Amino acid sequence: MNINTFDELKAYCEKENKKIFEAAQEIEAQKNEMTVEELRKIVKRNLDAMKDAIRSGLNSSEKSFSGMSGGDCQKLQAKFNNKPSLLGVIFEKITTYALATSEENARMGKIVACPTAGSCGIVPSVLVAVSEETGAMEDEQINALITAGEIGRIISNKVQLAGAVAGCQAECGVASAMAAGALAQLRGEGTENILYAVALAMKNLLGLTCDPVCGLVEVPCIKRNPFLAVHAVTAYELASAGIQSKIPLDEIIDTLEQTGQLMSPALKESSQAGLAKTKTGLKLEEEFYAK
Amino acid sequence: MRQSSLLDIISPIMVGPSSSHTAGAVRLGLLARNVYDNPVEKITFRLYNSYAQTGKGHGTDKGLLAGVLGLGVDDVRIRDIFHSELAKNIDYKFEYYNDFNRHPNAVDFIFDGKNKMQISGDSIGAGEIAIRKINEFSVKFTGKYNTLLLVYQDVKGMISRVSTIIQAEDVNIASLHCDRSGKGETASMCICIDGDLKQSAIDKIKTIEHLDMVRYVRKLEN
Repeated sequence: MNINTFDELKAYCEKENKKIFEAAQEIEAQKNEMTVEELRKIVKRNLDAMKDAIRSGLNSSEKSFSGMSGGDCQKLQAKFNNKPSLLGVIFEKITTYALATSEENARMGKIVACPTAGSCGIVPSVLVAVSEETGAMEDEQINALITAGEIGRIISNKVQLAGAVAGCQAECGVASAMAAGALAQLRGEGTENILYAVALAMKNLLGLTCDPVCGLVEVPCIKRNPFLAVHAVTAYELASAGIQSKIPLDEIIDTLEQTGQLMSPALKESSQAGLAKTKTGLKLEEEFYAK
Repeated sequence: MRQSSLLDIISPIMVGPSSSHTAGAVRLGLLARNVYDNPVEKITFRLYNSYAQTGKGHGTDKGLLAGVLGLGVDDVRIRDIFHSELAKNIDYKFEYYNDFNRHPNAVDFIFDGKNKMQISGDSIGAGEIAIRKINEFSVKFTGKYNTLLLVYQDVKGMISRVSTIIQAEDVNIASLHCDRSGKGETASMCICIDGDLKQSAIDKIKTIEHLDMVRYVRKLEN
């Protein structure tokens, strides 16, 4: 059994009367010659590692090797303690958890690439923050993470999830789309709304370039994680209201691929243009190489 | 051979900051270690292009060494590998090059000491890797399959002799890649398989005439 597009996924789920995670875990377990229980155990292990990374990141203010990052998560936590967010506790948790994970990554801490290391804060922050605040059980969290994985898998059939190939739209962009779908699953939405949440998130991030300063996964990658985690929540809220994407999801993924091809190589993880080559970006680069 | 799996999307658990520059480096090191299959005494790492330029900030050098020393991508000792007990007993150095003929993230492992071997590989994105060359032979394997590597004298019938033994084990060949330095000279064979080969089958392959080297390289776990 091979599912290559979101249309095929939707048709299969309707025909078999299954949720996305049910279909995905059965097909995946079969491909890997394991049982569904064994597969879910691996997903649980990764979920636990995501929670560990959040915990470590929240408690550290250590700088990265380059010295460009580290300490912002502490600042944000202090701010919220002093003056709560306008948008409430879930917003506070999502933004601090995403920063915690991304800063932990930059300082060579242990994280889970999801789908990549540079975008590792987006799916976990949304999933864990919302689960904590709504009391979602571990099984439901695993269902949501499998949904995220299936969304990423289908996208990666068409587009390699690497900044060097298709820009940041294929890393943090896809992570935000995966988080939107995972959140919709977590909140009990059906297949159609889950896929609309993915479509709305993805469509809004087309064209995002990858122009990291000094070629390191720090500027602008780290702060992009909390931004795009919140972005995923917006997509979920719209989709759960029944707001649909005018352009079907598979066509949005085709556009992701086409946009990645049309994007100049200078803006695809080569640090030859964009933020990396601003006056300040060049100065930071000079300082880094002198280190 | 690429199979996208939902588990690949939500993994690996790894030490940051980059799947290609850190986790990929560890995995290349691990695979090179398995191919070398001797105690490492002395090694030179040649880093190319992006690996050379941004490797330091990404811990690429640490990752390569950690892999060669047998650490996995999620081992927190990678961060301080240069000061660890493990690294004390080997003589290692790093060299940095720009070469547009090579992949953006390419590395050569030059094993020195009693047993010499040169292994080249690329980190091709999202932690995926490929070993491209062993000594003068081109090969292609990714650590996703158990792989049988052979170096032998280029004589007729070698492929059929080896594949007969594999077939007798009821094991399927996923891919087969051969190369040679010249007609009748030294040749190499790289066989990726589904499943696993028993030691008895590998021992049987080792008895084939005209073989110079046999390595069974297990797939990487993470």
